Amino acid sequence: MESQSVEELLAKAEREEAEKLQRITVHKDLELEFDLGNLLASDRNPPTVLRQAGPSPEAELRALARDNTQLLINQLWQLPTERVEEAVVARLPEPLTRLPREKPLPRPRPLTRWQQFARLKGIRPKKKTNLVWDEVSGQWRRRWGYKRARDDTKEWLIEVPGGADPMEDQFAKRIQAKKERVAKNELNRLRNLARAHKMQMPSSAGLHPTGHQSKEELGRAMQVAKVSTASVGRFQERLPKEKAPRGTGKKRKFQPLFGDFAAERKSQLELLRVMNSKKPQLDVTRATNKQMREEDQEEAAKRRKMGQKGRRKGGRQGPSGKRNGGPPGQGEKRKGGLGGRKPSRPPAFGGKKKGAPHQGGKRKK
Amino acid sequence: MRPLTEETRVMFEKIAKYIRENLQLLVDRPDGTYCFRLHNDRVYYVSEMILKLAANISGEKLVSLGTCFGKFTKTHKFRLHVTALDYLAPYAKYKVQIKPGAEQSFLYRKHVLKSGLGRITENTSQYQGVVVYSMADIFFGFRGSSKVYSRLQKSGPHGYFGVSSSRHWGICAARRDTDLGWSSQDLFAV
Repeated sequence: MESQSVEELLAKAEREEAEKLQRITVHKDLELEFDLGNLLASDRNPPTVLRQAGPSPEAELRALARDNTQLLINQLWQLPTERVEEAVVARLPEPLTRLPREKPLPRPRPLTRWQQFARLKGIRPKKKTNLVWDEVSGQWRRRWGYKRARDDTKEWLIEVPGGADPMEDQFAKRIQAKKERVAKNELNRLRNLARAHKMQMPSSAGLHPTGHQSKEELGRAMQVAKVSTASVGRFQERLPKEKAPRGTGKKRKFQPLFGDFAAERKSQLELLRVMNSKKPQLDVTRATNKQMREEDQEEAAKRRKMGQKGRRKGGRQGPSGKRNGGPPGQGEKRKGGLGGRKPSRPPAFGGKKKGAPHQGGKRKK
Repeated sequence: MRPLTEETRVMFEKIAKYIRENLQLLVDRPDGTYCFRLHNDRVYYVSEMILKLAANISGEKLVSLGTCFGKFTKTHKFRLHVTALDYLAPYAKYKVQIKPGAEQSFLYRKHVLKSGLGRITENTSQYQGVVVYSMADIFFGFRGSSKVYSRLQKSGPHGYFGVSSSRHWGICAARRDTDLGWSSQDLFAV
């Protein structure tokens, strides 16, 4: 019994080994090409399995991917490994395939003004030492920069030059001069940069005439000059062929696209409320029509009564005379026509007169 | 795309012609935040969720969003489109039902004669905005009425009724055959 179970165990172990091997060994007709530096495996085997598969070769694709990945991982396991913080790490070799550029090649920058000048004159950059011997402090100091060798702003004693004003502050003068040099240098740097990128320099571009300005700078200077009048350029005339400048005008601001929805809803409801309150509750047309109808009914009733009496008394004209005042007047357009004659009626007539009451002709909804 | 400015008033006045006070229900909905947005002169009624999705599409590529209610003309008048019908019809105050014979003539932008009129809401005043239905209660348009309801009683069978102000007969015709479950919340992008 035990031997049987042992045999079974061994057989089972063998089977498991075989399965594992089967899993990790993949048979391919053509060996894959590996570029482990890029973790790349190229499979040049013809894809017959894929072609034979149906319209959706999901399973075949997945199997292919698994096989190729298995081969790649097998290769990775053969690399020299090292241990980095409890993880076994394989050191990848150098990548073999050269990947294409991500961004395009940088185009050549235009030469700065100094470079152009140097090229013209044939000036070559001289090789200079980094450190200079400074007599004053007795040490080697930088040629330029922090704690440089000859820094005239750091002098402790300055002789007043011959023709200068004795009350003038020479120290402040030197510091000021340094600041101006720095500013000038910065300006030139920015100008070179702007020229390289063909961009407009912010704000003060072209407003300091130097005699060699670009077309854009001059244009901008012209625009600024045009607007710098007492009426902010309103009465400045343009040259005959000059085009109007684009983009001048106040930019209209709108509410943000999704701002406060609740506030928007509230303001809209408020607007609706105001709108509804402004509408008259009383429909003037219908009110006047109704009133006229009632009055006509009264008159008709009176006429009938009078008519009966009149027939008995021999046709008097009184009430019908009164009635004559009615229909012709009623036949007129009512827009203020009867204002004088019948002041009891409100002046705003709009609709047509309804002589007879509603008949039940149509089904009402 | 932007929210409306004082244009809301113009738009509300137009819509209120058809649905009056029920316009509040469009603005303030219990089942979600819906808002009006202007894009390329057209006003769209769109839910907040779709608005946020649409914000990711650039303006020139965005064709439409939500439901188009109408557009503002060059002279800043608001013209209501038939695509707003889905929202006008349930809240309409004045309804007109027309007979099957008159449906076709209505859809081809002809006036509706009194003989073609099935039912009409009581107290429809002259020049009132009405929503037009078929006898089977399928809505397909909105117009202005040219006669007062009470006046209709007096005119004979060939009295004149509806005045067209709508140019959307093509869409009206399509509506007739399709189900009312047509979704107008689709977002288009070119």
